[in-house]
Amino acid sequence: MRRLLVTAVVPLLVVCGCGGLGSSGADAPNTLVTMGFGLPDEHATARVAVFRDANPGVDVRVNEGAFDEQQFLSAVAAGDPPDLIYAERRKLGSYAARGAVQGLGDCVREHGVDLGQFRDAALRQVTYQDEAHGLPDFSVVRLLIINNPVVRAAGLDPAALSTTDWSAVSSLTDRLAVLADGRPERIGFDPKVPDYLPMWAKANGAELVTGDGFDVRLDDPRVVEAVRFTADLVRRQGGWASFKAFRDTFDQFGANNAYATGQLAAMPMDSWYINTLATNSPDADVTIAPFTDRQGAPLTEAGGQAWAIPKGARHPELACRFLVTMTDADTWVAAATARRDALARTGKPYGGTFTANRVADERIFREVFDPRGNRILERGVPQVLSLQDKTFAVAPSPAASELVRAWEGGVNRVLTGRQSPDEAMAQAQREAEQALKRVGGR
Amino acid sequence: MTTVSRRESRAGLLFLLPWVIGFLAFTAGPMLFSLWLSLTHYDMLKPPDFIGLENYREALVDDRVATALWNTLVFTALHVPAQIVLALGLAALLRRAGRSAGFFRTVLYLPVMTPPVALAAMFLLLLNGQNGAINEFLGWFGFTGPNWTTDPAWIKPGLVLMSLWTVGSTAVLYLAALTRVPVERYEAARLDGASPWRQFWHVTLPGISGTVYFTVVVNTIASLQVFTEAYTMFFGARAKQSSDGDAALFYVIHLFREAFESLRMGYASALAWGLFVVIAVITAVQVRLSRRYVHYEGERS
Repeated sequence: MRRLLVTAVVPLLVVCGCGGLGSSGADAPNTLVTMGFGLPDEHATARVAVFRDANPGVDVRVNEGAFDEQQFLSAVAAGDPPDLIYAERRKLGSYAARGAVQGLGDCVREHGVDLGQFRDAALRQVTYQDEAHGLPDFSVVRLLIINNPVVRAAGLDPAALSTTDWSAVSSLTDRLAVLADGRPERIGFDPKVPDYLPMWAKANGAELVTGDGFDVRLDDPRVVEAVRFTADLVRRQGGWASFKAFRDTFDQFGANNAYATGQLAAMPMDSWYINTLATNSPDADVTIAPFTDRQGAPLTEAGGQAWAIPKGARHPELACRFLVTMTDADTWVAAATARRDALARTGKPYGGTFTANRVADERIFREVFDPRGNRILERGVPQVLSLQDKTFAVAPSPAASELVRAWEGGVNRVLTGRQSPDEAMAQAQREAEQALKRVGGR
Repeated sequence: MTTVSRRESRAGLLFLLPWVIGFLAFTAGPMLFSLWLSLTHYDMLKPPDFIGLENYREALVDDRVATALWNTLVFTALHVPAQIVLALGLAALLRRAGRSAGFFRTVLYLPVMTPPVALAAMFLLLLNGQNGAINEFLGWFGFTGPNWTTDPAWIKPGLVLMSLWTVGSTAVLYLAALTRVPVERYEAARLDGASPWRQFWHVTLPGISGTVYFTVVVNTIASLQVFTEAYTMFFGARAKQSSDGDAALFYVIHLFREAFESLRMGYASALAWGLFVVIAVITAVQVRLSRRYVHYEGERS
């Protein structure tokens, strides 16, 4: 019986039980509590050190660990939020619409922050009703990473491989993939769906979400075509179940990664993976090229985190000072220098730091960048830099999580053969509209 | 009532008080609040907004609720019998283990101590269709194993396989029950020429039916609440969205996502009450059936 009772109050227990970060000491006048930020390397430690040096009287409490939406919202609801959060930018619009984070208009004015130094797509992700509700931090773009030896062995030129001609992508996938008894032994081309659907749809001329985040077009024929095309690429390579099971075996963060072992020929990927590859497989022979739309124009989706101040934060002025410092160009350069020096001490190259601050990036790659002859970095970094201002971002929406769930669910139903692309995306559209109605209406 | 008995009853109530307070504060109170929340729209950030039975109406037509309920019932229908048959088999073997029974009992129970998240992470590797150990094992006998973690048709059987990891907790209960079946009954059955199968069916099973009933009820309730392992494997940080076409979307997972991803606390509370009713109905049926099939020692048949 006890179990039954516990089940019945699952949501309630958490509502009642999650008191946030606790208020012991956090009420003190010169204390700053962060959530979602860790101190894994010099990018974090050196920047926090810059703030501490400039504000010696402030007790900065970095609550290490990944950002937990549930913990954050419970803390806001309980009136016990942290002073700052560090979260994915694409979710900030939703928090702003729900009133969980504060507008930063006064903060940026008071500190004379030039919002123009932030990259457009990154700034758009944190802007709600024409006011910035967060300041962008790192910047991630998506591009193609091609395994040269595998592609050459198939008689193809890695430099000529592109996503412009979709029928050509299908053909090269057939040539590059290796199947045994219907199961993949090598993936020829991984379209990275459902995660990268916004980019494939955009490449086909469609945006999933536009305007104020209430205009959703998941059943747009161009979106459906993108779903059909990418799902077909997976079908050609053994079907979703085998394809994903094979992909799950990849040692993504190790020396035996799919590029080193030849298990993968090409895929679009987040730009941070270039640094991972350069560290783990410095001799890997890869081509790094932009993802292109169907007209051949480079196209990439922006990602990354932002700093924001929750509603009800105890020390909003200190928090403002902190996030302005953390995203300032001088602070970034100090962090990049510290990171480079730390890597140099272990004989490793420094592949640069990609930030959402244009001024910071210019200085880092002019003054600090130190690839030490690493071919992956020397080839890849210029590509990443060239793409930074060609990014797009899905419009922030009050129902961001539900929309992502709707379109990813639709793609998954196609991948697993449960629905046709038309049916799946029509259902996704209905789910998205219901979600938007809920956040906009009742 | 005499003075002494009144004093005794007062003392009794006083002893009960800590439990009563705990029950009201941590069980009955939250339950009532949850019932109230189920009649509201509540996103944690704004005060609850009363909407009557709207959440319940929505749950009745929500495709995902139907999917989640179906998945949960299928898992329960596979998990409970598998758990009971295997536990019974292991308990029977343990009974014959003689002096080493204590050692094997410990070994059998040890896996129960594995934290569920660690268990899920381990089974993601073991169940991998491409190079997982379970398919390797099947390969020795010439079988090509399925894609347990990525093929929607095999995800639930894979989870059932994983759930058997903790079969030891049920097996030790059966072992205790088996030792309580009087030896004379077996002797009498043997004298009457009963085969081992007939002995099991007519002596062993009635003798342990009380324990079997208990484990069926408890395992059914636990299966209907399955969450941690499936969430870790298919919905956690590793895979933010289930990529299996909702084959692992169990009821409590759906409830949790509505509550903490969509911030629909009112709707999630309604779903929780829905599960409460489902569990109550299934348990009531089990109680009803137990009157016919469960025998207790000293009871008139």
